Amino acid sequence: MTAVLEVTNMTKRFGGISAVDGVSFEVHEGEILGLIGPNGCGKSTLFNCILGQLTPSGGEVKVDGKVVTGLRPSDLNRLGVSRTFQLLQVFPKLSVRENLILAGQEHQGNIMSRLFGPSDAGLTGAADQMIGFFKLDHLADEAAGGLSYGQQKLLDAAMAFMGGPRLVLLDEPAGGVNLTMLADLKERLAAINREKRATFVVIEHNMEFVMSLCSRVMVMAEGRILAIGNPAEIRANPAVIEAYLGH
Amino acid sequence: MTGKGKYWVQNYWRVALGAIVIAALIIAPANFNRYGLFILSQWAVMTIAAMGLNLTLGYAGQVSLAQGAFVGIGAYAAAIMTSQGMPLIAALGVAIVLCFSIGWILGYPALRVQHHYLAFVTLAFSTLAFLVFRNEDWLTKGIYGISNIPRPHILGVATNRPLPFYYVCLGSLGIVSLILWWLIRSPWGRAFLALRENPIRALSLGIDTRRYTLMAFAIGSALGGVAGTLYAPLTQYIDPVPFNLSLSLDLLMMVIVGGAGFFFGPFLGAMIAVLLPEWLRFTEGYYLMLYALAVILLLIYSPTGILGILAHALAERRTKTASALRAVAKSRLETAP
Repeated sequence: MTAVLEVTNMTKRFGGISAVDGVSFEVHEGEILGLIGPNGCGKSTLFNCILGQLTPSGGEVKVDGKVVTGLRPSDLNRLGVSRTFQLLQVFPKLSVRENLILAGQEHQGNIMSRLFGPSDAGLTGAADQMIGFFKLDHLADEAAGGLSYGQQKLLDAAMAFMGGPRLVLLDEPAGGVNLTMLADLKERLAAINREKRATFVVIEHNMEFVMSLCSRVMVMAEGRILAIGNPAEIRANPAVIEAYLGH
Repeated sequence: MTGKGKYWVQNYWRVALGAIVIAALIIAPANFNRYGLFILSQWAVMTIAAMGLNLTLGYAGQVSLAQGAFVGIGAYAAAIMTSQGMPLIAALGVAIVLCFSIGWILGYPALRVQHHYLAFVTLAFSTLAFLVFRNEDWLTKGIYGISNIPRPHILGVATNRPLPFYYVCLGSLGIVSLILWWLIRSPWGRAFLALRENPIRALSLGIDTRRYTLMAFAIGSALGGVAGTLYAPLTQYIDPVPFNLSLSLDLLMMVIVGGAGFFFGPFLGAMIAVLLPEWLRFTEGYYLMLYALAVILLLIYSPTGILGILAHALAERRTKTASALRAVAKSRLETAP
């Protein structure tokens, strides 16, 4: 299997504190890697370093074997790496459909065709398909700001898939989502993973969610990798239980 | 095609209103006197400049206090070139290229600083441009200004008289409006909005926020230049004074009062800034005070400007209709066996 994402010796220091300290791992095609660990262990910082939102103090990121360290988030996104944020980041004034078109438009044509071409960049069909896939049909024309929190979370996730990404980094997709919608979200993510061969890295605190969705789980503590393995191994790992899961 | 049909029915009143306003702008001024036509032409010119600033500030969210300077650059380009016998259309081209390039460069600070810091950077540029207009005598004739600026011939028709030149201004406003309308509804418009609302998320969706920021500055500034090339032949005399910081502030006020980020905001804002002082003239010395008071009260009542009030009222009506429908649905549910 080829590694879609290869992170080598990633380090991020803030002053004297190493938020991420020499982290190396690989994610293979079609895999869903869960990333867990106590608050402040460096999960989100690791994401931000991989995605170019933060400049790493050291280390290297490869996507499909190509070094992408230091690329800007917009360039990385157009290479097929997409993300969601811990806090909701939809555009509240735009409709659900417009949000999705916005999320996909920079992957279509070039800067000139985006000026002179159609207003929807030819994406209305793709957006409506995504809306259907995430079961938001009745909300397509609603302003995103008027949706419930859970619905906005779904939209936020849907936006990450509009560009047809190879790799998606999801930062706490289940946070604050009610149980019914959580099952929906998990089922949708699993379906995209199956159908589109999209590779995921998922930060999540909801253990049930992580253990049932992910094929492998990586545990971080104090900026380092504590353990990596399949869900059963992680559940049984004494160090993980000590640091995170609790007795 | 039912979607399209619905669109036209929903917008029926808007289309009708637009047609009436356009017809009025074409027909009514035929009887206006010289001064009335001058004021109306000035409104059209200032609307163009304010539309440019609305793109930069209202849509893309980048503060600029330099729009007046770009009007000045356009005006001087027109005055200098047409005085040398060159056609106004050539001056227009030069003004657009010049203002676009300078606007692009002025956008670079916006990649580093935002809000009031950015305001200061652009304010410094505004002062710099004013000093160039005033001190570079060899080019701009300094404080003496440039007089006898000719008005153009359009398709062989002289536009010396006020009415034909008003139509030149109105026509230009129409063309600029169409271009800007196209821009706003294109994916670029959506990207500008994303830049204003949430630049970090925009970046993560592949939107090259650097390029769009620079573009917002460059296009907005170029429209300032377009307004300037009309301003010079309108007044037929220019000196540095009209292009000092207060013009930039006036244009900023037009955008804010009309409603930043609303397509028709600049039309209303410019109307208020250009026409209201004329209407309040009967109050003699008090007009500026009344005007200032009106602006203060408006912005306290509605920080999003006049169109903000309208948008709010429309949203409220929609909410009321929706909750009425919900109430009906609920009562049906409750009465159902």
